[in-house]
Amino acid sequence: MSDVLLSARDLTKRFTSRGPYGRRNEFTAVDGVSFDVRLGETLAVVGESGCGKSTTARIVARLMEPTSGLLEFEGEDITHASGARLAAYRSNVQVVFQDPFSSLNPRHTVERILMAPLDYQGIAPKGGRRAYTRELMERVGLNPDHAHRYPKQFSGGQAQRIGIARALAVDPRLVICDEAVSALDVSVQAQVIDLLRRLQRESGFSYVFIAHDLAVVRQIAQRVAVMCKGRIVEQGPCAEVFDDPRDPYTRTLLAAIPRINPEWDRRRRAAG
Amino acid sequence: MSELLAVEDLTITFPTGRGPVDVVKDVSFTVGRNETVGIVGESGSGKSMTSLAVMGLLPRGAVTRGSIRLDGVELLGRGEGEMRRVRGEQASMIFQDPLSSLNPYYTVGLQIEEMYRAHRRCGRQEARKVAVEALAQVGIPEPERRAGHYPHQFSGGQRQRVMIAMALVCSPKLLIADEPTTALDVTVQAQILRLLADLQRETGTGMVFVTHDLAVISSIATRVLVMRRGEQVEYGTAEQVFAEPRHAYTRMLLESIPRIDDELPADEVTS
Repeated sequence: MSDVLLSARDLTKRFTSRGPYGRRNEFTAVDGVSFDVRLGETLAVVGESGCGKSTTARIVARLMEPTSGLLEFEGEDITHASGARLAAYRSNVQVVFQDPFSSLNPRHTVERILMAPLDYQGIAPKGGRRAYTRELMERVGLNPDHAHRYPKQFSGGQAQRIGIARALAVDPRLVICDEAVSALDVSVQAQVIDLLRRLQRESGFSYVFIAHDLAVVRQIAQRVAVMCKGRIVEQGPCAEVFDDPRDPYTRTLLAAIPRINPEWDRRRRAAG
Repeated sequence: MSELLAVEDLTITFPTGRGPVDVVKDVSFTVGRNETVGIVGESGSGKSMTSLAVMGLLPRGAVTRGSIRLDGVELLGRGEGEMRRVRGEQASMIFQDPLSSLNPYYTVGLQIEEMYRAHRRCGRQEARKVAVEALAQVGIPEPERRAGHYPHQFSGGQRQRVMIAMALVCSPKLLIADEPTTALDVTVQAQILRLLADLQRETGTGMVFVTHDLAVISSIATRVLVMRRGEQVEYGTAEQVFAEPRHAYTRMLLESIPRIDDELPADEVTS
């Protein structure tokens, strides 16, 4: 298919550690995972802690190489790419992490943080550093006059917007969000989800959205892959997986989500 | 009225470089026996400070005004020695992160025994028996063997069960649960919520459940207190707060919750 941006085939990641007396312990974090990310779509990868979703994200971001399997981006094998090809891949694929304060350098100003990916790529910012920083800040809903502030001068939601702006600086084709809204208060979370959707509409890039919260996933993804113990147990369009789950684990996961009493919810919504 | 816990006009003030700041302002609520009251709010709302005040665990320098009565007895203004007797015996608390609340160097059995022996005169053997029973009550399989294990040998959900066992070992009248399921996976969270509800039915303990998660609150609380920036926004039965919220902030919170049954707008569904 021509509209596939990224394709993962049989990705496997094994970690080995040495126990006492040199005994080898092997742990398979990701076990034969395959999926496609299409142009302009959001694929969510969901699961509970330890299911391998973040390891999958790290492999896709090429922050980590898989033990075996194949990763293709626009038809090109980048599983073990290095040097210039890896740098080129990284200008196409960016990551937004869960905790903005630990993923933003506290001693750097917003401008320096936002320009860092361009500096790494050796690209000159459009219209100069100052103008491009202002443009990025405006796109994510930050006051561009705050370009010379430091991360700690922002709230959690604003700091996450800086993380998003940094990801957008190189005009990527794919943005990987690893629990990017999980640490935010619910009202701020709703705003950041709206922002992520608007940016995608404007720029047409794809998301791989890693999350443990299925309700959040439903707000942003077209397709979802459910992971359990390193494997994808079920994947498909959100409407199918959420409304008609096939796999028993998906059903357990969906049943466990706490919900507001539907009767109360209906009355509140009816009252407007 | 025989309310178990009555908090009236509670105000908590911290001295800061820029003068005193009220982190909790005029908060009032009651908890009946056998009842669960939820305190809900976003970060910085003062929900945790309110619950710490009940336990007498506020950071040094905090100034409290108002009244906190447990079973008719005023708790504010009591000395640390007296509060030590109240904690564990009359009121217990469980926290978000059980691993940092448990001592990694002692077996969980010993930690529960110590809790029990701090409040009851009894020997080692009797305390061990009580500890094993407490572990069985919270659904730890093979409680006798598991009592000899260290905290790191338990999973996150089991550790929270151990904390609950420890909190309830002296049969307190009140249990304060501060985000007890926030760090847990959703399937484990469901199990812990069920356990707390079951234990409450069996023991009749009053419970204050503090969380940022409105859906969790709606599944466990009979009454709900909504807080924002230290102020009490809304207080009523769970049904009233969720079905007919009076305050705009409560409505905004309820509308912000992502819903599993809400689909994307049609124009964003591609492929």
